[in-house]
Amino acid sequence: MITLEGINRIFQVGDQQVHALDDINLTIQPGEYLSLMGPSGSGKSTLLNILGLLDKPTSGRYLLEGREITSLSDDEQATVRGEKIGFVFQFFHLVPRMSAFENVELPLVLAGMAPSVRRERVNVILEQLGLMDRAHHRPDQLSGGQRQRIAIARATIMKPSLLLADEPTGNLDSRSGTDVVEVLEKLNAGGITLVVVTHDGQVGKRAGRRLRMVDGAIVKDERG
Amino acid sequence: MLSRDFIGFSLSSVMAHRTRSILTTMGIAVGIAAVVLLTSIGEGVNRFVLAEFTQFGTNIVAINPGKVTTFGAPTGVFNTVRPLSLEDSDALNKIPYVTSVVPVVQGNAEVEGQGRTRRTMVYGVGSQFPGAFKFGVAAGGFLPDDDPRAPRAYAVLGSKLKNELFGEANALGERIRVGGDRYRVVGYMQSKGQVLGFDLDDTVYIPAARALDLFGREGLMEIDVLYAEGAPAEEVVAGVNRVLISRHGGEDFTVTTQQQMLDVLGSVLGVLTFAVGALGGISLLVGGVGILTIMIIAVRERTSEIGLLRALGATRQQILRVFLGEAVILSALGGLMGLALGIGGAWLLHFLIPAMPVHTPVSYILMAEAMAVVIGLAAGVTPARRAAAMEPLEALRAE
Repeated sequence: MITLEGINRIFQVGDQQVHALDDINLTIQPGEYLSLMGPSGSGKSTLLNILGLLDKPTSGRYLLEGREITSLSDDEQATVRGEKIGFVFQFFHLVPRMSAFENVELPLVLAGMAPSVRRERVNVILEQLGLMDRAHHRPDQLSGGQRQRIAIARATIMKPSLLLADEPTGNLDSRSGTDVVEVLEKLNAGGITLVVVTHDGQVGKRAGRRLRMVDGAIVKDERG
Repeated sequence: MLSRDFIGFSLSSVMAHRTRSILTTMGIAVGIAAVVLLTSIGEGVNRFVLAEFTQFGTNIVAINPGKVTTFGAPTGVFNTVRPLSLEDSDALNKIPYVTSVVPVVQGNAEVEGQGRTRRTMVYGVGSQFPGAFKFGVAAGGFLPDDDPRAPRAYAVLGSKLKNELFGEANALGERIRVGGDRYRVVGYMQSKGQVLGFDLDDTVYIPAARALDLFGREGLMEIDVLYAEGAPAEEVVAGVNRVLISRHGGEDFTVTTQQQMLDVLGSVLGVLTFAVGALGGISLLVGGVGILTIMIIAVRERTSEIGLLRALGATRQQILRVFLGEAVILSALGGLMGLALGIGGAWLLHFLIPAMPVHTPVSYILMAEAMAVVIGLAAGVTPARRAAAMEPLEALRAE
C-alpha cells in the first residue's frame, strides 16, 4: 500500500543542515498497524508528516496505492489528503466555534457533499463512537477523551485507507488514552491502515509492527 | 465545497466574534449611511429644482437680446445690438413647429385699485401667455389678441394681488392704475404658488407694448418661443436664428433652449452630489482599512485552523475563498447597516423638515451595497492570499 524509497528530509536551521530523515526505505501493507517510537528529534513526526503529505521529502520516492505522490501538484495532494488520509493530532485541533457535529462534518463540507448525505454519515459515525448525546456540544464542553474521539470521527468520516495518529494519547489521562487507542484499534480491525507515533511504550507495543527510529533512521522493525 | 457552505463557514467565524465584527463593520456602515443620506439629499434637491423648472414644459426656447460671446478685439460700429421688438416676436410665429410666441417685459410698479396700493411685479406679455406656460385663468379671460402695437388697456391680476386689492369681491370690469396708467381688469389667474422664491400670484399682466411704454424700454427683455411636443429643438433654433438674423442683419441675440438650461443645472447639481458622495467615500475607505486590519488579525489567530483545513483536504483556493468570503460578509453586513441608517436618516429628515426634498433612488441603494461588497473584496484579498499561501504543516504547528 505504501512504499518509501530513499526518503531524505533535510531542514535548514540557520546555517546548519539537519538531516531529519536519512535514507528511509519502508513498505507498509494494507491494514497494517504500525507504531513509530523513538526519542525526540529522531524524525518520527517528520516521517508521519511525509506519509500524510503535510511535508515534502527533500529526495526519494513515495508511492501510495501504487501512485507516485511526491510529484503531485498542491491541489492534487490536498485531494489525496482529503480522500485517502485521516489525521489524529495530539492537541485534537477541533474548531472551537463549531459543535462536535460540525467538526466531524467538516471534511464532507470541504469535499462538497450534499447536506442530507452529510447528516446521515455524521450521525452513523457519532452513534458508533457513542457520542450522539454530545453532537451539539462545542469542544470546550467536552472532556479530553471525547474531544479526541470527535477528532477520530472527523479523521475517518471520509473513509480513508490510511489513518495517521501523532501522539493521540499524549494529552489524555491513561484511562481516556486507553479508550482512544481501543477506538483506533477497532478501526484498524475494520481494515484501515493505522500508523501511530507515540512516546508511550505501553501504547507502542500494542501495535502489530513496531518501528524504532534514532537520528532519522529506522533502527528496529519488529513484528508480532 | 458548496457555495452555501462557504457562506455558512465564513458566517460562523463572523458570528463567533460578534462584538468585534459589529465594531469592524461600523466604519463601512457609517460610510454607506453618509453616502446614502447625502446623495439622497442631493438627488432630492436635484429633482425639486428640475420640477420647478420644468413645470412650464420643456419645449421652450428663450431669446434674449445681445450675444454672449467674447470678442478678441473691439468690433466697432458693426457690433451694435438691436433690441428685440414686438415685430420680431410676430415674425417668429411663422417658424415651423412653433405653437406660440410670448414677448416678455418685466418690471416693478405700483398698482392701485379700490383705494389700495400695492407694489408688485408687472409682466408685459402677449395673449398666448397662459397657454404657453400652462397658467389657468380663474375668472374672466386673459388679455385679448389685440394688435400688438396698439393693444387696449386691459389687465389681468394674479390671485394674490386680486385678493389684496379686491378681497372676495368681484374684480372683473373694475378699474385699476398700474404705474399711474388706467387699466380695466378683464380676468384673474388661478394660484400658481412660488417658483424658486418668486411669487407668481403677486403679479399683474398687461400687454407687452404698454409695459414697454411704462418702463420706458426700447425692446423686449425676452421672447419665449414654444414649439410642438416632440419637434426637433435644433430645427426650431435654426428657424429662430434664420428669421432674426435676416431681420437684424447679424446675430445680436442669444437663443437658449430649456434643455440647455436643464443641462447646466443638472451638471451643477451632479457635481454637488458627487462631492458629498466623495465625502462618504472617504469614510468607506477608512472602513475598508478596518476590515483589512481585522482580517489580518483573524488569519493570524486562526493559523492552526488553516493548517487543519489543509490537512482535511482543503485546497489553497478554498482557504482563499473562506477568508475573502468573511471580508465580504463583514462589509456587506456593514453596508446593510449603513443602508438602514442612511434611509432611516433620510426618512427622519424628511419627517422633521418636510420642506427638505429627499429622494433615495433604488439604484443608489444597490450601488452603495455593491460598493460595500467591492470594498470587502479589496480589503480581503491580501489577508486571504496570505492565508492561502501558508504551508499546511507550519500552519498546523502554530498555536
